[in-house]
Amino acid sequence: MKALRLFWKNDRLNSRDADYTMSYKHILFDVKDGVAKLTLNRPDKLNSFNETMLKEMRDAVRTSEKDESIRTLLLTGAGRAFSAGQDLSERNMSPDAPPPNLGLSLRKLYNPVVDKLRNMEKPVICAVNGVAAGAGANMALSCDIVVAARSAKFIQAFCRLGLVPDAGGTWTLPRLVGHARAMGLALLGDAINAEQAEEWGLIWKCIDDENHMKEAEELAGNLAKGPTGGLGLIKRAMNASGGHSFEEQTAMEADLQEIASASEDYREGVRAFLEKRKPEFTGR
Amino acid sequence: MTTLLVDKRPADAVAVLTLNRPEARNALNTETLLAIAEALDAFEVDDDIHAVVITGGDKVFAAGADVKEMAELDATGILKDARPKYWRRIAGFEKPLIAAVNGFALGGGCELAMHADIIVAGANAKFGLPEINLGIMPGAGGTQRLIRSVGKSLAMKMILSGEMIDADTALKSGLIAEIHPPELCVSRGCDLAKKIAGKSPVAARLAKRCIKQTFESTLKDGLEFERYNFTVLAATEDRDEGLAAFLEKRPAKFKGR
Repeated sequence: MKALRLFWKNDRLNSRDADYTMSYKHILFDVKDGVAKLTLNRPDKLNSFNETMLKEMRDAVRTSEKDESIRTLLLTGAGRAFSAGQDLSERNMSPDAPPPNLGLSLRKLYNPVVDKLRNMEKPVICAVNGVAAGAGANMALSCDIVVAARSAKFIQAFCRLGLVPDAGGTWTLPRLVGHARAMGLALLGDAINAEQAEEWGLIWKCIDDENHMKEAEELAGNLAKGPTGGLGLIKRAMNASGGHSFEEQTAMEADLQEIASASEDYREGVRAFLEKRKPEFTGR
Repeated sequence: MTTLLVDKRPADAVAVLTLNRPEARNALNTETLLAIAEALDAFEVDDDIHAVVITGGDKVFAAGADVKEMAELDATGILKDARPKYWRRIAGFEKPLIAAVNGFALGGGCELAMHADIIVAGANAKFGLPEINLGIMPGAGGTQRLIRSVGKSLAMKMILSGEMIDADTALKSGLIAEIHPPELCVSRGCDLAKKIAGKSPVAARLAKRCIKQTFESTLKDGLEFERYNFTVLAATEDRDEGLAAFLEKRPAKFKGR
């Protein structure tokens, strides 16, 4: 019965118009003017991930994807860190206890979150406000545009524990910075600062701490007024390119352009250009 | 509200059937199944229609049979059920039938898709026969037709575990013929139907018969049946036109005679 029931209960989240807040224990989730702001909110634990928090994130990113009134997701952290990664107090092992199944934890908790961040067809901005370590770093790097405060740091801490970079790290790192730098980061586990991250192309931009959140919010606000459908298709094309030949990708571009050119926003974009005014996109 | 939308496009010689029970994720209740059977019966004798597309739209193809309806039937109720008769009418449709599948095609929905001659799917499509989760099993051809597309191991896995497969797996295993972006799936299905509808309807009908016959006969009998139909086509005007057009390097104009 379970499998079938699953498919009936969806669609509870379609197009709410007004701003709203959803209450969670370890995250904040506020929707305002088309931007959903998801704030990791365990500042006393450097926003490290535990099971409850990841389940809440899973729920919040699902809402962000489904709710048509949300046109951009902004992910950030409260306090001085973005996220220190997995909360290791949850992983404390007594010598005679069986090992925890981290594979299961990834499949059930982490992967659904990064999968949505990566694949939901609307812009996802990550404002890295402080240290981003382990899965915290890779969660950030799975977003579409990463802007980091100058004091932020990125650390692939996994190698120090005998683990493999997860939450998409081994996929995103070599694509962002190339094999040599990806291997250096993953095997050595050294911290790199936001400036270096920008220089290497690991992130989009490094911003002075005092302006960081304001600029990130502006960026998200502007994107939320954009042609969301078209922006989503850009994302679909870019994400698919990793597994495509050139010919497969140009074929996909033709398909997606066929879809994009049928949108109301394309019509509005052309009209606004010809009339020399700013377009008013609806996201459709 | 009608549970099945019928869109005839005589200019293309195509008809499009769209399942229309969004509130139930297009679950196939008896009313809808009958509507499909009746529509196909009508197209069977309609010379304006050469091919048919069946779809559930952009979001979902059909998420199973109507479980509520099923729960009301006991064993004798199922014995007297009219549904198998409607399924046979769908299976017996002699013109090319294309399923354009977006989203879930589960249980009866998957079985309906497998009644089509060709399945094209959106990248978001998911196919499954999850009846085992309800303590039952597929009852509209699922155990017979799936294995003929995807082979034993995958068919067994899907039917015994209830696990779904995605569009990529469905393509690799031969269940479907094409994958498209979900937004374009239905129109690509219609394009394909239009292309097929432009061929000789007599040739299409007999070719379809021959291909379906492979499931019923030995190779020797099948080859004989094929040769027989091939010979029958030699007596059609469409064959003369097709060969002439080819030699004269012009597009053929088939009349279905």
